Amino acid sequence: MIIAGIGRAAITSATDVGTLTIQLWRSLLRLRTALPIVGNRRRWRTSVRQMMAIGVSALPVVALMSFCLGFVASLQAAAELRRYGAIRYVVEFTAIAFTRELGALITAISVSGRSASAIAAEVSTMVVGQEVDALRVMGLDPIELTLVPKYVGALITIPCLTILSTLFGITAGYCFLAASIGMTARVFVRDALEAIMLRDVVLTLVKSVVFATIIVHVGYMEGLRVSGGPEAVGRGTTTAVVNATFLVILADLAATALFYVMGWSAAG
Amino acid sequence: MTTNTVGTMREALISIRDVSVAYGSRRVLDRVNLDVYRGEIVALLGGSGSGKTTLLRQVVALARPDSGSISIGGVDVTSCSARELAAVRRKIGVAFQESALFSSMTVEENAALPLQELTGLADPVVALMVWMKLKAVGLAEARTLYPRELSGGMKKRAAIARAIALDPDIVVLDEPSAGLDPIIAAGLDELILLLKRSFGMTVLVVTHALDSAFRIADRVAMLYQGSLIAVGTPEEFKASTHPRARQFVQGQPERLSDASAGFAASFLKEFQP
Repeated sequence: MIIAGIGRAAITSATDVGTLTIQLWRSLLRLRTALPIVGNRRRWRTSVRQMMAIGVSALPVVALMSFCLGFVASLQAAAELRRYGAIRYVVEFTAIAFTRELGALITAISVSGRSASAIAAEVSTMVVGQEVDALRVMGLDPIELTLVPKYVGALITIPCLTILSTLFGITAGYCFLAASIGMTARVFVRDALEAIMLRDVVLTLVKSVVFATIIVHVGYMEGLRVSGGPEAVGRGTTTAVVNATFLVILADLAATALFYVMGWSAAG
Repeated sequence: MTTNTVGTMREALISIRDVSVAYGSRRVLDRVNLDVYRGEIVALLGGSGSGKTTLLRQVVALARPDSGSISIGGVDVTSCSARELAAVRRKIGVAFQESALFSSMTVEENAALPLQELTGLADPVVALMVWMKLKAVGLAEARTLYPRELSGGMKKRAAIARAIALDPDIVVLDEPSAGLDPIIAAGLDELILLLKRSFGMTVLVVTHALDSAFRIADRVAMLYQGSLIAVGTPEEFKASTHPRARQFVQGQPERLSDASAGFAASFLKEFQP
């Protein structure tokens, strides 16, 4: 029984990985069609709509979450650092925590909650309503028409959101320090810029591109997999959010471990 | 169509040969053979679960049969290359049972999609062609509405407009009159006849509405449990001696003894220790 269960789980995971890989490859082959200038005008217009849906409309929630978490992180750090008379290091702590980790992660988790579910719901409704079949019989590629614009939208907006999230988190750190010890903006910015390294920013942006890929592709795959009636749409949506969030965190772990092993994350 | 000579009538546009499909151990289609000739309307009849929709999915190459072949305009869609299949698909328009209109697009945009994607036509030309098709199906006034704003009959008409956007040789319609009142259904029958008479299209209609099939079809084919049990003109079909075909024509229910025997057998099988 147990062995059969493990076997079944292994087969399911292998199928998922295979499906995702094929889907990713096919979307990369078609990616050009949804880009401005070189691509198809209509597809680019759809991509812009997707940018609004995936990125721009997620901005308020990402900003609020980043600000609140930035404040919380500063508070927690200050409680410890104050004991050693090192409260000024809160600047460094917040700046590093957000550029390396929290900015990308907060963005990915909130976008995953909003958009992985939205994409899964949209695609599964198309499957149930035979819209995907309709595209196929017209000789049109559902990946090119429905997945690629979403992917382009996410690839452009999620790194931007990550940068904004980082800025909001660090600003929260400043607000806390200004209120508690009356730190001036000039000192804060100087200390923060000293702590942030370009390499960290680049690696975080690379991570955010990976997160964008996971969110869109897992949402799309779960949507496409739905068969049956409306209750299947709900189930697919839930699975999409859970799996996308889990994979984002797994990818974050893998990336951070890789950067650590490669020696890219050592300070100084 | 009196102008159709026997020669052109006999050119088989869709040719289904020995097609079998099984889902697991359940046989859904069992060596089905059917020809659809250019310029005719063939109604594929059958009860629920008879395999009609499965056969339709094979014809439009959404699924491949386990064995047998289907050729459309001389190209075997069960074994041809992707490029050939794309060419074949441009010659077939399909209107699905659920209409399958893209919910984020207006009626006009739905009908324009195949033209925009598959032809290099300029936007004004596309708009004109779409307007003509919408006029033909009687939806010119509703062109800016979204699918959710349409009634059941209008959805079917919009789906047909999209199916004929590229002027295909063949139009495949899945249950066009399902869930519609008799007046709207009769209107759709008129539209299907128009496809044949005015556009010269070949039509394969999958339906379980017998009166509609007799009204529009040149030939009727009936599927029962995955096999074609009767093929012929509506008159020949009405005169068929096959017990299932007779039962279907006369609208008799499944005999109770058969049904309850089946139920008892499955019940016993389920609960036997």
